[in-house]
Order: sequence, then structure tokens, then C-alpha cells
Amino acid sequence: MKAADLRLLADLGLSHLARRRRQTAVSVLGIMLGVAAFLVISSLMFGFQNDFIRRVIDVSPHVQMLDEYRAPPAQPALSAYPGAAVEIVGLRPKQELRGIRDPGKRLAEIQAMPGLNAAPSLQGQAILRFGSTDIAATLIGVEPELEARVSNIERDLIAGSLGALKTTANGVILGVGLARKLGIGMNDTLTVVSPTGAVLRMKVAGLRKTGITAIDSVQAYALLKKVQVLLARANVVNRINMRLADVTTARELAARIETLNGYRTESWEEANQEILGLFIVQRAIMFSVISAILIVASFGIFNVISTVIHEKARDIAILKSIGFFERDLRRVFVLEGALVGIAGALLGAGLGSAIISALARVRFEMDLIATIQGFVLERSWWLYAIAGVMAVTVSAFAAWLPARHAADLQPVDILRGGP
Amino acid sequence: MSAPVLEIREVTRRLAGVVPVTLVDGATAAFAPGDFVTITGPSGSGKSSLLYLLGLIDRPTAGEVLLEGRATATLGSDELAALRLSRLGCVFQFHFLLAELTVRDNIALPMRRLARLGRAGIAERAEGLLDRLGLADKLDKTPDQLSGGERQRVAVARALANDPAIILADEPTGNLDSRNAHNVFDIFASLARSEGKTVIIVTHEADLAEEADIRIEMLDGRIREMRRQHA
Repeated sequence: MKAADLRLLADLGLSHLARRRRQTAVSVLGIMLGVAAFLVISSLMFGFQNDFIRRVIDVSPHVQMLDEYRAPPAQPALSAYPGAAVEIVGLRPKQELRGIRDPGKRLAEIQAMPGLNAAPSLQGQAILRFGSTDIAATLIGVEPELEARVSNIERDLIAGSLGALKTTANGVILGVGLARKLGIGMNDTLTVVSPTGAVLRMKVAGLRKTGITAIDSVQAYALLKKVQVLLARANVVNRINMRLADVTTARELAARIETLNGYRTESWEEANQEILGLFIVQRAIMFSVISAILIVASFGIFNVISTVIHEKARDIAILKSIGFFERDLRRVFVLEGALVGIAGALLGAGLGSAIISALARVRFEMDLIATIQGFVLERSWWLYAIAGVMAVTVSAFAAWLPARHAADLQPVDILRGGP
Repeated sequence: MSAPVLEIREVTRRLAGVVPVTLVDGATAAFAPGDFVTITGPSGSGKSSLLYLLGLIDRPTAGEVLLEGRATATLGSDELAALRLSRLGCVFQFHFLLAELTVRDNIALPMRRLARLGRAGIAERAEGLLDRLGLADKLDKTPDQLSGGERQRVAVARALANDPAIILADEPTGNLDSRNAHNVFDIFASLARSEGKTVIIVTHEADLAEEADIRIEMLDGRIREMRRQHA
């Protein structure tokens, strides 16, 4: 369509909308609120989700090799007779000592790969006791020099240092949530009890705050050797943690390492797949709700366009008798809907942006799945683009339905009827 | 006699329904450039229906309408619309101006759709037409600010906008007082006689019908008589 034609049809559309100012304003208002709601809710939701993902990437290993297998090993009888009907009765799994076999060699192999650092750890459950408070925690044994290269633990310490694990006798670094629950502070001594019954008195050498509640209220760090002794697993490591220069390669690298070593190796996405899956469900719900708002708003447009077409049947007839094509008439009314959508989208973008700016100034602290000090807001251009495209599409579609009727009107039927 | 610019051959228009109604029944006529024609007849005789068929606004159930020698029966709705836009100009009993638009914009509508002229050319032609019809000072008025006669003259200007070869008018003076009716009728006569346009007017008014060169009388959907009135 030529620009001059578009201008002509737009002029006709605008003249109709100007004639029904109040109804048009209500329709624009509906789209505006829908767009503003979309922007505010998606900004909040994507802001929180992306912040959470950033923090997870920041504080967790990008790839982690575990001392377990993804699938149980195949039984020799099944391998010997592939495709045969084999029944194995009374199977008793082999009792193996848990832990990654030959960790030194595997660690060296992984460290030789480009673009990553790796560090071993032993992770197990323990009870931390301080005074009359017992709290179950995840005790992680690390080698401070290597661990510093695969995590930001040093940066996240609000008191003490990672090196203090070496300089303090039986030193332990606690997550701030854990310390708060125990009511313990720096340099206090607590008792650590392992599942085997071993007991060790340890001194708080550091406090860590990542901002992720699930980490800060559960994890405690100590020297690898101390944890191996406490858990009665001398020379055993059950994790090899890796940090990558490029986090987007985590999934591919994890698969490669798992193929080479056989041990289950998880990328950060797989390790957090439940919460990431939840995020997808959240997004689907949000888009459904916003779509519903826009669809309801589009009824206003449908109503305006239907009314205009009903009122303007005579004008439609005269335009057709002058020589306007059926598609011209359809376009006039679809353009009207689109113009309402554009106006609603622009105003909604302004309103949404103002609300987002106001929310950004609100400060508070709350421990959810992550500790937040205020609303974390996403202000991407693509959110505005999605909102705009949705608003204009829904509006144009709402107008297209009655517009078909306008195009089908036969001028002779109306001209015979008089004014 | 020059070749007909508009011709109908055995044209019939029948409305289907429980009781079928025949609006036009086997009408045949041919009109040359410069013909000034009136169609008269009692109410329900098929005058307006015949005009809608001549104006390609309606399609015949049977028979043929030829515009400048070209059969129109097989043309699609877009092709018919294009012919109406460029070759035909219609005026109706009720002015049917677009209420939201100014006089200037109403007249510009067909020109903008045809896009033969640029913006300046359209403005110039609109002003020229209104000047010729004595409405030069009404350019920026809306239809509700005009009298009945003025509105009808604007409708005539709109019909002339794309300089059509044929002007069709359906009782254009039906809602005008005698003075305005004669004014409008004189405009049509001048278009035919001075500019060689084919002008076909449906009218009830016998005295006006007498002024035409050719008079068609209709009865019960049929052309009862078609006669040339002036030598």
C-alpha cells in the first residue's frame, strides 16, 4: 500500500474515532492499563528471576562433577544377551565406598581443559550445635587456594577470610543465615557432630552472605582434611567444582566431562532445573494473565468499531459507490483498531515506565529464596516491544472482526434506504 | 452519432426471496457523450434501480452493461470500483457527505483515492470545483454548516472530482426548494452541453425532466418510452 493511500485511510479512521471520543478514550484506557500491567509485572518478575539466575551463576559452581552415576550400571547378563528375555532375580547392589575415584588424576585432567578452573570438595551433612541450638547443615570441605579460583566465597565473606581456615585451628565459615539461627558470631566456638557420631569443636573464622537464602542458611565451609576426618572419609572427595570463563558453555562441557569420566556432571542449569522450570511456569502464567487483560481490553475496541460501522453504514456505502475497494474499507477499520492499540501502547509504556521508576526507589529487605533489598526490575527494550506488538495485534484483530462486515456491506442496500 | 459511452442490453434486476421482485425488466438503452438524460416514472417503477445498474453499483441478474464498449459482467468488485472511481460520478437524493470531513476533504476523497494528482493538484481542483459551483467561501465548513442546496452542490463537486465521463444523479433535487432545484439542474445541463459529459438524472419533477435532451419513462421496471425531446 502506498503512503498516500495509508494516509487517506488513516485520516478516515481518525475522523471516526474523533467522532466517538468517549468510547475511544475508554478503549485506549483499557489497552493502556493492560500494557502498563504487563510492563510492571514482567519487569518485576524478569528482574527477580534474572537477578536470581545471576546470583546462582555467581555463587554456585558452573559445572559440578558428583560421585554418582546418572544411570545404574548395566548388569553383565543383560550385556551378554542383548535383546534376550533376561530376568535378574535377587539383585544385590555392589557395596562401594562413595566418592570420586582417583580424584587427583581426574582433577588434573579437568584442569588441563581450556577456559575453566576446578577444585575438589567433600560435602556431607552435619549437626551444628551452639548452646542448646542444633541445626542441620551442609558441611563442605575445601582447599582454600583452589576454592578461591572456582567460587566467589572470598568476596561474599562479610567477616573473616577464606585463608583463615588454614590459620585458625578447626576454623569454619558459616552462612549468615546459619549463624543467625545458631545465634553465633565471629570467633565463637561451636560443636560439629557428623552422622557417624564424630564430634569436633570448631571456631567461626568467617561469615558468608551470598544473598541466596538456600545457601546462606545451610552451608558451612571447613578445610577439606578436617571434613574428611569428621565424616570418616579419609582422602575422599565427592565433588569436583568448576568455574568457566563462559557460563553459556556449561551444559555442553558438563556432558563432555560426564562422557569422559562416567560420573554424573551437572551444569548450573541442570542443578537448578527445578527452580528454572518454576520460572518458566511463572512466565507462562504471567503472559496468560496479561493476554487475558489485553483481550478484555480489546472488547472495548470491538465495541467501538462495531458501533462505528453500524453508525457509518451510509458512509461505507457512499465510499464504495465512489470507488473505494472492499479492502480499503477493511483497512480503514483495522487501522482504527491499530491506532487505538498504538495510542494505548504508548500511554501504557509511559505509565508502566513511571510505575517501574517509582518501584525502583522503594527500599526494603526480605529473605525469600534470595535476600532482596528492594524490587529488582528488568528494564529491557524488548519488554516494551513485546507489549507494543501484543497491544497493536490484539487491537487490530479486535477491529478486523467487525471490519469484515463493513467490507461486505452492499452500497445499493443502504442507498435504497435513504438517510 | 458517436459511439455510446454507456449502454445497457436487455438488463434485468431481480431480487430473490419468497416472493421474487423484478426491479428492472429487460431494459435496453445507449447513451452517447454529451447526452443529457432524465429518467422519470412513478414510485417503484425501477428508476433508481436502473441508475444503480448504470452506475455499476449493482449487478444485473441478466443482460449486459457496457461502459465505453467494455462489458462489465465478468469484472470483479475491485475492477468495478476502479471504473466507478475514474469514469463515473454519482449524486444521490440525500447528499451523503461525510459529516466528519470539511467540504474540501469531502471533495478531495475521490481524488486522493485515485491518486492521479498530487496534494497541491487536489487542493487546486477542489477549490476550482467549489468556485465554479459558487461555494468558494465554504471550503472549510463541515456539511452541517451548509444549507440543503449547498450540500447538494458539494455532492455534485465530489462527483466531478475525478473528471468522470458520466454523471449519474438519483433525484438530486428531491430535497431542494424550487430555486435550488433549478440551480442544481442547470449545473447538470451545463456539464452535458458545455463539457460533453453524459448526464443521466432520475427525477420525479416533470418540469425539470422537460429540460433534458432525452427522456426515459419507466413503468413496472420496464422502459416504457425513450424519446429525444429537443432537436
